[in-house]
Amino acid sequence: MEQINNLVSGGAAEDVLFYVFAALTLLCAILVVANPFSRSPVTSAMFLVLTIISMSGLFLLLQAFFLAAVQILVYAGAVMVLFLFVIMLLDLKEEQRRKIKLFGLIAGLVSVGIVVSIFVKSLASIKPAAAGPTLEGETYALGKLLYTQYTLPFEIVSVLLLVAMVGVILLSKKKLE
Amino acid sequence: MNVGLHHYLFVSFMLFSLGLLGVILRRNLLVIYMSLELMLNSANLALVSFSRFNNKLDGQVLVFFIITVAAAEVAVGLALIVALYRKRQSAHVEDLTSMKL
Repeated sequence: MEQINNLVSGGAAEDVLFYVFAALTLLCAILVVANPFSRSPVTSAMFLVLTIISMSGLFLLLQAFFLAAVQILVYAGAVMVLFLFVIMLLDLKEEQRRKIKLFGLIAGLVSVGIVVSIFVKSLASIKPAAAGPTLEGETYALGKLLYTQYTLPFEIVSVLLLVAMVGVILLSKKKLE
Repeated sequence: MNVGLHHYLFVSFMLFSLGLLGVILRRNLLVIYMSLELMLNSANLALVSFSRFNNKLDGQVLVFFIITVAAAEVAVGLALIVALYRKRQSAHVEDLTSMKL
């Protein structure tokens, strides 16, 4: 009986969902970066939307319901529409394939190797809290934290958005005086 | 085998390296920008999973701020790219060499 309960209320089903969403996220991310069929930026943008949506599925599995919603609204909604607008506006041609220079190849491999070594080192030393996850999708607690302990950063971020808006308007004016 | 912190961190790391690879390999300014978004998102995933497995909500608050800042950053960056395109008629990094020594 307990096993069936476990199966229904998470447990194995959650694990399967994790693998599905993780595979989907990584596959779409690969297609964003190196699509073998098309080099057009529009294809990359559409696959980035898919990546973000499947990543919000991962957020749901991590019980971060509010962030999953925000991820879809802000990234898949606002940011990607902005990207597509700019792609259409610029009327970009397909990126042609080119030969990779030896120096670029070495620099790339070295930088990726450094990142890999940092990651392996940090992953070996990570221990999650002994108690295991007990947090249950606390959107209420998140809001409370945001408006009590993190009020100042919240206000600063709103000013940052205002500054970005003014900057974008200034940048896209026809003539800068 | 139960899915734990390490699984999520592995996915996050793979996403980060894919983004890094895109920044290095691709030559289109917009696609490079999308790869940067990928890297930001991988950091978000790592933060959310840390917050879940350590029972602290502060990580999620940080992700909230990162998403806001990323939205502002995308707006400014795309405006810069459009301004650059107006001046140079190109969005390929190979054509933008005026700062090369």
